[in-house]
Amino acid sequence: MRHIISILMENEAGALSRVAGLFSARGYNIESLTVAPTEDATLSRMTIVTTGSNEIIEQITKQLNKLIDVIKLQDLTDGDHIERELMLVKVRAATGEQREEMKRLADIFRGRIIDVADRTYTIELTGPGSKLDAFIDALESGAILETVRTGASGIGRGDRMLKI
Amino acid sequence: MAELELTGAEIVIRCLHAEGVKYVFGYPGGAVLNIYDEIYKQQEFEHVLVRHEQAAVHAADAYARATGKVGVALVTSGPGATNAVTGIATAYMDSIPLVVISGQVPTAAIGQDAFQEVDTVGITRPCVKHNFLVKDVKDIAPTIKKAFYIAASGRPGPVLVDIPKDITQHSCVFQYPETISMRSYNPTSKGHAGQIKRAVQMLLEAKRPVIYTGGGVILGDASAQLTEFCRELGYPVTSTLMGLGGYKANDPLFLGMLGMHGTYEANMAMQHCDVLISVGARFDDRVIGNPKHFAKEARRIIHIDIDPSSISKRVKVDVPIVGDVRQVLEELNRLLKGGSERPDAQALKAWWAQIELWRAQDCLKYDRSASVIKPQYVVEKLYEVTRGDAFVTSDVGQHQMWAAQYYKFDQPRRWINSGGLGTMGVGLPYAMGVQLAYPDAMVACVTGEGSIQMNIQELSTCKEYKLPLKIILLNNGYLGMVRQWQEFFYEERYAESYVASLPDFAKLAEAYGHVGMRIEKPEEVEPALRRAFTEYKDQLVFMNFITDPRENVYPMIPAGKGLSEMILV
Ligand SMILES: Cc1cc2nc3c(=O)[nH]c(=O)nc-3n(C[C@H](O)[C@H](O)[C@H](O)COP(=O)(O)OP(=O)(O)OC[C@H]3O[C@@H](n4cnc5c(N)ncnc54)[C@H](O)[C@@H]3O)c2cc1C
Ligand SMILES: Cc1ncc(C[n+]2csc(CCOP(=O)(O)OP(=O)(O)O)c2C)c(N)n1
Ligand SMILES: [Mg+2]
Repeated sequence: MRHIISILMENEAGALSRVAGLFSARGYNIESLTVAPTEDATLSRMTIVTTGSNEIIEQITKQLNKLIDVIKLQDLTDGDHIERELMLVKVRAATGEQREEMKRLADIFRGRIIDVADRTYTIELTGPGSKLDAFIDALESGAILETVRTGASGIGRGDRMLKI
Repeated sequence: MAELELTGAEIVIRCLHAEGVKYVFGYPGGAVLNIYDEIYKQQEFEHVLVRHEQAAVHAADAYARATGKVGVALVTSGPGATNAVTGIATAYMDSIPLVVISGQVPTAAIGQDAFQEVDTVGITRPCVKHNFLVKDVKDIAPTIKKAFYIAASGRPGPVLVDIPKDITQHSCVFQYPETISMRSYNPTSKGHAGQIKRAVQMLLEAKRPVIYTGGGVILGDASAQLTEFCRELGYPVTSTLMGLGGYKANDPLFLGMLGMHGTYEANMAMQHCDVLISVGARFDDRVIGNPKHFAKEARRIIHIDIDPSSISKRVKVDVPIVGDVRQVLEELNRLLKGGSERPDAQALKAWWAQIELWRAQDCLKYDRSASVIKPQYVVEKLYEVTRGDAFVTSDVGQHQMWAAQYYKFDQPRRWINSGGLGTMGVGLPYAMGVQLAYPDAMVACVTGEGSIQMNIQELSTCKEYKLPLKIILLNNGYLGMVRQWQEFFYEERYAESYVASLPDFAKLAEAYGHVGMRIEKPEEVEPALRRAFTEYKDQLVFMNFITDPRENVYPMIPAGKGLSEMILV
């Protein structure tokens, strides 16, 4: 099963490598990992997307909690939550027809064209991973020149919060 | 008036004083010279100069195992730190509280491939409870305070503090924090009341109970509470390698060690019980064998452990109790004594009758009439001659298992060995750490001719600090444990397990300034041991017992098999 785990940790040098090292040393999967400081600069907020049986996920959360720098964590998948990912896609847009088509597709997916050049467009798209996948699928494979995705960030819905 | 400023090096020393440290085991080098200069000027603790950094960490680790206090080691950057890694990993696997201070190249040189630079924090990360790189002299005191606190609290473990050389030169006002609180680290020690009640109920319903104890009992100083608990219930008790001494080995309730080389009765009881309570033991693969086989018999499991990640890791647990063994056992004892319900006497009687049948198998028997020295016999005689009152350290291999099986430990912190990492070479430095902690105690190191050579240079340290250890070398001429696996599982192809060209150990010991003996006949064993512990009481005696090269450790559960698939003698 896919799980999305949110972690609040001390914003210390090396904190990220402790988490990454834990996953590799214990053979856990990481689908994606995002991290950045929060509004309180002493704290980092990390989102990890991983897969595993219930037993493995239980071990992952216990082992993460055991890291001294980890203050709190939450398995977002346990309740209502929102997940977003940002993708930048550079596409071929050389002919008028291609430019037209890209503009149309970007609109359908509520993407924005954020860079326009002679032969390319760069489109920004946010949403759940499945929406980004769908956008990629909708493009002809030859049209894609480059993609970059941030990996998911997540947050609980309503009063569900992860804070100290 | 401005407050007095101290250099980082002085601060390090003051912190160690504030922690009440008695011994620092270490080895100097460029990056820690400022710290060594301050060591030179102080008298509060003794610095023990080992001959290899690995031994410094092992000795500090043994000091911690024997006393319950945090062990301290000090090493230089680069090779000093890499030499220390095996010691750190060994302590980590057995949850031993250590603070290791390592020197680092100056801050400005970090990342420049500087002389004797390694990424010590990076290298040690997976084998420490936590580590720090100190980047400001002001952080030294709070960091060392945290290091001691983290090492000793919760599930103990080693903590490394890496200090660049320039930081030890900078100065600031010194103030050692009196208390420490960390928002990200708050170990639980009190068990959940509801779970404890459920545990009592489950224990009282048991028809075939087993109490399975481990290193947590030793680490948590819960031997007295455990004894009360077991006696109150009258249930059979078994222990892992790491828990030996937590419950008296000579007590009738005790079934001996369980696991790969555990007794027949302990393993059969473990496999066939209906209620199992694990007290600070972590269902290691050398203990329950194959978890699938273990799960074949239905049983309900209660697990007390301070580390939530030890619970339901390899085996699904019905009643998890996260907490300190001592506190939880006290609570269990209170409820058991206060309640009116008693264990089912009839069921218990039948269960003991079954256990006695298993016990009658006498799985630790061996040929006592042999004309060669049997290693088991040496350990039995060691037990007799020391009247069970010695601290026994061991290395890793067959001799380790014989020491565990035949020395009947009846006190905690007396059996000092590497269980989790299984590090050959620990025996001698372990004995040093123990002897320094308890100068008047009898300290025996049971070792093999393979293992002892992994840290033999420490014989020199023993001379310098006048440590009257007794080294019991069970010399079978083989990497015996390897040879045994090759005999059983590789059709006797003894690839590289025979060690040719062994030194004359007695002469070697003499060269280091100690007493050496070579013992070849069974009838010489006891007199030699007696002489060592009386006539040579104050000297290190290296006893080279030439033992049966073909002897094997029984019982044995082959790796990956189940608890009831034992190979018996
Ligand atoms: C050659 C060789 C053969 C071996 N054969 C065997 C064998 O036959 N049988 C055997 O048992 N072992 C054997 N071992 C050792 C084995 O590898 C493990 O090290 C050992 O079984 C682990 O013991 P343990 O479960 O008691 O855990 P430990 O490693 O001692 O861990 C202690 C547990 O207690 C917890 N704990 C710590 N402090 C507290 C506290 N205050 N309160 C509550 N919980 C606490 C910890 O979180 C941890 O889960 C062998 C090792 C070697 C090298
Ligand atoms: C540092 C290290 N290297 C290798 C091993 C693998 N190993 C385990 S037991 C053993 C043999 C030990 O030989 P010896 O010290 O003579 O003891 P014996 O088994 O003969 O009693 C070896 C090589 C180990 N445990 N540690
Ligand atoms: Mg040997």
